[in-house]
Amino acid sequence: MNTFFLSIAMGLCLLMFMSLYRCLFGPTVLDRLIGVNAIGSKTVVLLLLIGCLYERVDMFVDIALAYAFLNFVAVIAASRYFHKRKGLYEESFND
Amino acid sequence: MNIIDIIVAFLLVSGFIFFLGGAIGIIRMPDFYSRLHPAGKLDTLGIGAMVAGLAVYNLHHFSLTALLVSGKMLLIVFFVFMSSPTATHSIVDAGMRAGLRPWTRKEGANMEQSEPRKEEN
Amino acid sequence: MTDANTGARSPENPLKTKGKVSLGQEEKQSFAPFMITFVLMFATWLILSGNFAPLLISLGLISSLIVAWFFHDLLFPSLTGKHLGIFIKFSAYIPWLIIEIIKANFHLLYLVFHPRMKELIDPHIIDFKTNLESDLAVTTLANSITLTPGTITVTTGSDGSYRVHAIDKPSAEALPGTMLDKVADIYGENK
Repeated sequence: MNTFFLSIAMGLCLLMFMSLYRCLFGPTVLDRLIGVNAIGSKTVVLLLLIGCLYERVDMFVDIALAYAFLNFVAVIAASRYFHKRKGLYEESFND
Repeated sequence: MNIIDIIVAFLLVSGFIFFLGGAIGIIRMPDFYSRLHPAGKLDTLGIGAMVAGLAVYNLHHFSLTALLVSGKMLLIVFFVFMSSPTATHSIVDAGMRAGLRPWTRKEGANMEQSEPRKEEN
Repeated sequence: MTDANTGARSPENPLKTKGKVSLGQEEKQSFAPFMITFVLMFATWLILSGNFAPLLISLGLISSLIVAWFFHDLLFPSLTGKHLGIFIKFSAYIPWLIIEIIKANFHLLYLVFHPRMKELIDPHIIDFKTNLESDLAVTTLANSITLTPGTITVTTGSDGSYRVHAIDKPSAEALPGTMLDKVADIYGENK
């Protein structure tokens, strides 16, 4: 079962790199925000998987819970901040 | 390989497939609004399936501590299901107020030559 | 919830005025929200702490008492016998919603993995008007629409108007339909 968990965790890391593409090359700021949100939601599961691998789930589940809260607050705060920014759309649609 | 292991493996793999769909959808979709569909929803169900699988695996050796840890995992799932629509809606709202125009199939070809987008505020 | 339109509450909001009246006139009615808030807070404390030493349990009792004392009228502004029926109907609504979410997720997976995806999707914005009245019903329907893949609520008004971004034709056509009927049935607003 440990090998299975390890392979799932490595696959999740690969998916995080795929989401990182949108973070780096996203046309608008909000695209980068979507990428960050996707990486954060994968990190929650990754933390729990690491906990299962080390047999310390009781410790890692608190970190995962706090990370889920932080991810939500970060997305809300960033999108509220970009409400007021003009010129957000100027770099869009250049694919 | 008993029945619990099979359930756990099924939940983890299905959650992984949802995450894979989310990651590919974020890369392939044409514009910002349609990218939110895979990012917001497939990831939510992916978290739900994978964390539920780990909670079942955690109850393998039954004890009070394991029950509490599984309760915390269910709390994570509940919180994500509550907060994910709010976060998605917040990002969409920011995009609307910034004046990003949604990609549509008819004018998608001549999007670049369309008239300058109207100023908000 | 996060929307500016629903966030700016009109002064004749029924929920708010009812809560104030019940707080001033009948002290008895404000006891049930206090108890529910206290039980919720204490259960959360027990789950998150996971430690059953007497000192920690008494600390949790004291802090959840303080929180419940200050915030009981924030979490449940007005509590009548009608809310019990709403709670029961809402619990029956959740499994149906989860099944809908899973079905629609498979549709979205098919779209994402399709090689000629750009010919299948057709993103467009639709407007429609419902006759939902209370803030809670409007918010529930908006969150349900957003949770169902293929559709995202862009804005809602407190008068029950919705603007929805849909990713293709089938998910847009299915929109107000059964979900609106179910939500209206929960809050007793069938007209």
